[in-house]
Amino acid sequence: MKTYLAQRLTIAVLTLLGMSMVIFALLRLAPGDIVDILFSTAGYVSPSEKQAIMKELGIDRPYWVQYLDWLRQIGTGDLGKSYRYDVPAWQIVRPLLPVTLELAALSMVFAVLFGVPTGVVSAVRQDSTLDYVLRVFSLAGLSMPAFWLGMVIILGLVTWFRWIPPLTYVSPMEDLKLHAVQFLLPALAVGYRSSALIMRITRSSLLEVLREDYIRTARAKGQSGRVVVWRHALKNAMLPVVTVIGIEFAFLIGGLVVTETVFNLPGVARFLVQAILWRDYPIVQNLVMFIAIVVILSNLLVDMLYGVLDPRVRYGG
Amino acid sequence: MAVRPAEIAVARLPRARPGAWPVLARFARKKPLGAAGGVLMVVMVLTAVFADLLQSHDPIATNAAYTLGQPNAEHWLGTDHLGRDIYSRIVHGARVSLIVGLASTLLGSVLGGLVGLLSGYIGGTTDLVAQRVLDILQGLPLLVLALVMSAALGPAIHNVVIAISIPIIPRAARVIRSSVLSIREMQYVEAARALGVRHLRIAFRHVLPNTVGPFIVLCTAQLGSAILVEATLSFLGLGVPEPYPSWGRMLSVSAAEYAQKAPHLVLFPGIAISLAVFGSNLLGDALRDVLDPRLRGA
Repeated sequence: MKTYLAQRLTIAVLTLLGMSMVIFALLRLAPGDIVDILFSTAGYVSPSEKQAIMKELGIDRPYWVQYLDWLRQIGTGDLGKSYRYDVPAWQIVRPLLPVTLELAALSMVFAVLFGVPTGVVSAVRQDSTLDYVLRVFSLAGLSMPAFWLGMVIILGLVTWFRWIPPLTYVSPMEDLKLHAVQFLLPALAVGYRSSALIMRITRSSLLEVLREDYIRTARAKGQSGRVVVWRHALKNAMLPVVTVIGIEFAFLIGGLVVTETVFNLPGVARFLVQAILWRDYPIVQNLVMFIAIVVILSNLLVDMLYGVLDPRVRYGG
Repeated sequence: MAVRPAEIAVARLPRARPGAWPVLARFARKKPLGAAGGVLMVVMVLTAVFADLLQSHDPIATNAAYTLGQPNAEHWLGTDHLGRDIYSRIVHGARVSLIVGLASTLLGSVLGGLVGLLSGYIGGTTDLVAQRVLDILQGLPLLVLALVMSAALGPAIHNVVIAISIPIIPRAARVIRSSVLSIREMQYVEAARALGVRHLRIAFRHVLPNTVGPFIVLCTAQLGSAILVEATLSFLGLGVPEPYPSWGRMLSVSAAEYAQKAPHLVLFPGIAISLAVFGSNLLGDALRDVLDPRLRGA
């Protein structure tokens, strides 16, 4: 177990290192830098002045020096300075983090609460009308763009209930009820998609388990159908489901990029798009790196959970 | 008397191959949902091909006299804030969506498939290194990677294709690799090797054709998400640039400002996106069940 963990951690660190190179290289591919963009608004600026600013931001140095400098910063937990706002990046990102995390968590809770039970029902009633309806419903969730669903929800509320959602962020301290409403709708829009994935994987994994011998044994012993499904079968069917939940949680962040934009929530994901457009390297590379770390960590966590859920899985064997 | 090879050769039987229609009819009967998806995709392809005939107006012609018009007999789905006909724009948007979706799916799947084939067939260190590199690409959410890519490459239609195809590579490589791993152990491959067939030839002539099933399944499944990512990138202004009418861009321009006055601006392009993705998802699901039962639920 210990060697396995050490091995996995080493691979994770190497993967992250590779990711950091990809991210760094990608951003340098981009035509135009922050200085160009800053000055395109200001009109003509003398080349010497431009040089001075590049020097101040440290982007006149060779790329490999910039890269090593960035790695050193990540190592020491220093997120660098935003080019655009001229303040430490952490100072800008910190207040945005809770918004995104709350939204991601809410979406995931909704997705699991909706996805697992519908998946179970769909598997137990395989090929029934209900199964078809649920499958089409979940596939529809995978097909609608989350941002469009968000727009339609807002539009529906405005048209039928003459209720306009708050267009600026309401903190929970100010008005808890309004805050909850503000987060529930986008969570619904984002969670629908994830719930569809969870429902599909629950269904197929449960269908497989239900065909196994020990399920027949349990049935033969006279146990009620409900106990067999929810206690015997679901326990073993959860393994792939947990994998999907783990992966999906990290990937939710991708979906949040647009949803936060549509719902006007001041989250990290929305800010990422703005930072990309501004070529604000320190912000973008650190945010994307942060997402990468979350993905890698949640993968690792899921793998560790296997052992808990399924004692047959032994590490390092 | 020596037997000449010609005499022991098995007589070639005329292959009993059912025509295309019976196969399609059987597919429709067994997988009604998949057939519905297939119909949706055919409609989309026809719309894209015949967009010039189907349009009722010039999709990029503005009309200051009739902006934000409600749907009526003249403009079937209404007009946008510049007076452009929504119906014609959606018809032409099918072209952009399909071209970007197909091109990026094919590019990503072919590149990923090649990586998967070689890394699965060669194995060993090559495989290990390839897998770690794929880990790096797969560690980022598709949209985030595409977002950074398309910002880096600049807004142009071919850059959008590249940006969307890169995240598809690792997925394709994984699928093809796992199927190559089992095929390469089969006896006919061993037989080919015993006959002295070169490795490259075995990989491409003997192993590759047997991965066609998973490959088709993969492509249909990825097509939906490629269309979705294109719409999202365009919505954020990082996708297909003007004047091409792209479904995602139609939503971004119209969205916030005019949604209340003219809800049709938001509704119709979104329905078009959803139907296109829905169709390819339905078809992909059914094809997976038929062509590659092992992948069920993947």
